[in-house]
Amino acid sequence: MLTQEEDNKMRFRMIGAVGLVATVLLSACGEAATPTTAPVATATTSAASTAPTATTGSAAGGTATAPVAAAPTATTIVVGNAGASLLINGAGATFPVPIYTKWFAEYSNVDKDVRFNYQPIGSGAGIQQIQNQTVDFGGSDAPMTDAQLQQAKGGELFHIPTVSGAVVAIYNLPGASKGLKLDGETLANIYLGNITTWDDPAIVSQNSDMAAYLKGDIAVTERSDGSGTTNIFTSYLSAVSPEWKSSVGSGTAVKWPVGLGARGNAGVAGLVQQTPGGFGYVELAYAKQNNLPYAFMKNGAGEFTEPTIEATALAAEGVTIPDDLRVTIVNSSTAGSYPIAGFTYILVYKMQMDPAKGTGLANFLWWATHDGETLAKSLDYAPLSADMTQRVEAKIQALDCGGSPCYK
Amino acid sequence: MRTTRLSDRAFALAALLLAGVVLFVTAAILLGIVDGSQPTIGSFGFAFITGQNWDPVQEEYGALPFIYGTLVTSFSALLMAGLAGVGAAIFLAEIAPGKVRTPLSFMVELLAGIPSIVYGIWGLFVLAPLLREDVVPFLKGTLGWTGLFQGPFYGPSVLTASVVLALMVLPIVTAVSRDVLLAVPANQREAMLGLGATRWEVIRSAVLPYARSGILGALILGLGRAVGETMAVTMVIGNRSEITASLLKPGNTMASVIANEFAEATTPFHQSALIEVGLLLFVITLITNMIARALVWRAGRGLETAGRA
Amino acid sequence: MSGLMQADAPPGTWQMSARRLRSRRVTDRLMRGLIWLSIMLAVVPLLFILGWIALKGAGAINLDLFTQLPGPPDDPHTGFANGIVGTLILVGIASVISVPVGIGAGIYLSEFGGSKTNIAIRFATDVLVGVPSITIGVFVYTLMVRPMGSFSAIAGGVALSLVMIPLIVRSTEEMLKLVPQAIREAALALGAPVWRTVLRYALPMALPGVITGILLAMARAAGETAPLLFTALGNNQWSAGLDQPVAALTLQVYFGAQSAYEVQKQQAWAGALVLVALVFITSVLARLAVRRAHARTR
Repeated sequence: MLTQEEDNKMRFRMIGAVGLVATVLLSACGEAATPTTAPVATATTSAASTAPTATTGSAAGGTATAPVAAAPTATTIVVGNAGASLLINGAGATFPVPIYTKWFAEYSNVDKDVRFNYQPIGSGAGIQQIQNQTVDFGGSDAPMTDAQLQQAKGGELFHIPTVSGAVVAIYNLPGASKGLKLDGETLANIYLGNITTWDDPAIVSQNSDMAAYLKGDIAVTERSDGSGTTNIFTSYLSAVSPEWKSSVGSGTAVKWPVGLGARGNAGVAGLVQQTPGGFGYVELAYAKQNNLPYAFMKNGAGEFTEPTIEATALAAEGVTIPDDLRVTIVNSSTAGSYPIAGFTYILVYKMQMDPAKGTGLANFLWWATHDGETLAKSLDYAPLSADMTQRVEAKIQALDCGGSPCYK
Repeated sequence: MRTTRLSDRAFALAALLLAGVVLFVTAAILLGIVDGSQPTIGSFGFAFITGQNWDPVQEEYGALPFIYGTLVTSFSALLMAGLAGVGAAIFLAEIAPGKVRTPLSFMVELLAGIPSIVYGIWGLFVLAPLLREDVVPFLKGTLGWTGLFQGPFYGPSVLTASVVLALMVLPIVTAVSRDVLLAVPANQREAMLGLGATRWEVIRSAVLPYARSGILGALILGLGRAVGETMAVTMVIGNRSEITASLLKPGNTMASVIANEFAEATTPFHQSALIEVGLLLFVITLITNMIARALVWRAGRGLETAGRA
Repeated sequence: MSGLMQADAPPGTWQMSARRLRSRRVTDRLMRGLIWLSIMLAVVPLLFILGWIALKGAGAINLDLFTQLPGPPDDPHTGFANGIVGTLILVGIASVISVPVGIGAGIYLSEFGGSKTNIAIRFATDVLVGVPSITIGVFVYTLMVRPMGSFSAIAGGVALSLVMIPLIVRSTEEMLKLVPQAIREAALALGAPVWRTVLRYALPMALPGVITGILLAMARAAGETAPLLFTALGNNQWSAGLDQPVAALTLQVYFGAQSAYEVQKQQAWAGALVLVALVFITSVLARLAVRRAHARTR
């Protein structure tokens, strides 16, 4: 009881403190005559004012030769002043955020001098940012196209796969649990509008055990925002249905023949959850964390498989991996594999302009794709296969910091 | 005001410079948008505005459904929020007992600060089911014949988006109108009350005419917010690019398609198309403002003649 | 200004029949009833939303939220302390830019402008209000982020200032126009220069309304997500300087609400509540400040 009360007091104090900061800011802008950003600076960190100027200096000027000399000075200033922290910025895909934040948290115990910032602004935006060099690394669920690679301003870009994940079909059939069996053709027909009711023979014939729940209209839901999840999902539909491929196609945003568009995984899940007869697709973690029933999909080998970590990992087996590691793994025919899966990538330039950041990044990537992979499963991601890890190692070792390898 | 004093000229110049910033920034944004939409303007021309097909995969872009959706949702919202908002402002400024006036005014300001995503989530999880269970069956029963309330209703729809927008616009209309009303000099009211006029007569004849331009300004601000609102609308409108008369069907707006697709638009053409939607939005805002301005001007002129008579 | 004497003559003469009087009273009752109804219509749903956030958010509030940085979903001891500071920084920068510009432009519109420049500037303001906030974000991205080669707090602040400026211009202009012309004339007649008349007499009279406008603008800016996506970017860490990406509470709420994990969804609710509380506190403080300033001038 007492602690509860103390807790409350503390809370009030915090609110008071926040209010105080607000007042300072307010008075700063109220008296616009004194154009000072001083309160802002003190509110953050005192070391901030000197250190980052040097860091960005090297990042912004990072086109040719000078930065190599400039950057080490930058780091020493940072270390000298703040006692820690070189900030490495990344942005892109939403899908891997949980595992990346987990990695950053764990990695801060391994290397205390580097801090990471990753913002989930979307795969497409992540690709744009790395092309424009406004971030130190990008994140994307879809491999970049050749045209996109050509627009990269910093030269050759490496694709580093980090984990793979599954996209699952969720539904709201009151009373029914997970395990509705669907093949690709049926899934495509639902999204094409060819199948509109749950008691359609194509669905019932494969699910006689669930026939009691299969009634009413299918309320189809899809992502309205462009998304890597949609890309994996529509790539799969294109792979299994010629009609889908010719009339809709695949991409991060497509022209959906039917259905309601909801924003984000949360929007799709929410809409399916509150609409009887609802049907949609989300990332595996989403279905699991929210106890949404999901379908077992028929893979290329003809088996209906539950989307598990193991089944997702199997989807990457037996696929020929090209040198640049850009690979699609939908509709796998490996026994036991789940067919709607994909890798998520970190995008980095081969030539790292800032050696301090380059080394920080390379060391982190090495750790993440080795020690870090053990953390993947608890967050519903499939770790890299041994084969893929080897391929990734070669890429990380090839990262170049002013003539010598970044990875140390 | 005209003056020859040096300090005054400097003051006027400073004010002009600051006002110029607004002009400059707006022009710069406009130029930026025009420049960014060149690729699609060049290859689609006018068909971009009249086309109804929006297909990023086939790289075909027609924006009419978004234009339609923006207009319908914004004006429905303004219709709902305008009446209630101005009424609420009259209440706060003229009728409210002193005890409730301050807390209510506070609350209205507070509501303007709720992040739009919260309105969106609330709309999706609370409003949409409420509409589906209670309101829509009633609307279908009573107003079904109008054709505005036809077809199945799942939750996300033009109607849901309009209601959410109305709630978002309401605090702005109320807060600004209230300030305008409060600024009407008290002696006018007192004079009329002294002459034996009722409260409403005072409001109608001594307060509202004086505040008309300000209230219209408040409505324009509200409309601006409604037209440009993105996150909340996207979450509740259903995002289908179709034109239907029924408010129960899903729709799409210009701002929400930009917000939905911009981050993931990876081809130059797709980006250009989205930027051109932004340009159209710009133009629509321009036109609505011209109309609103003309209305204010006419109202103002009517007022002057009445005053002289 | 004809405003002072423009009111219609009160209806009729004062020796009217009892019936007329009664009908006037009925109209009065009716209209008052409608006004009561509209405040109900306005307040009840809004109370509903406010209560809903409070309910959802209060359950998730804990001390960690205000002291810790964001982290992985399986760590319960995470928070958005950096987001609160970040939002204050961003709104602070935006206010430093938009308050002088907004008030200056408002003063110009109401006190100086010729009709043509005024029309142009008013137009620009109205149009700026309607520019979707994401477009503003994209604009600042091409103008600042790409040339600077980095997302930054400054870019985020500039984007938010573009959201705030038109709101402040409009409210300042409207409020100044409502200050009776007689006040200005009196001051000028006593030999006060125009700048003194405006800053010393007209502006202070309009101040409560102007402050409301600024507060609404700040509140709007604090609640914006879209313009920050491509400018401030967001940050998992403490701010490392104004030229580096900075966290914002709205971005954290936005991303949190989309998360699969209950912990993070809860945090998003708490974040929304904190955001509203921040707006509330600022609002109260500013009101108090205005009241005090007024007491002093009188």
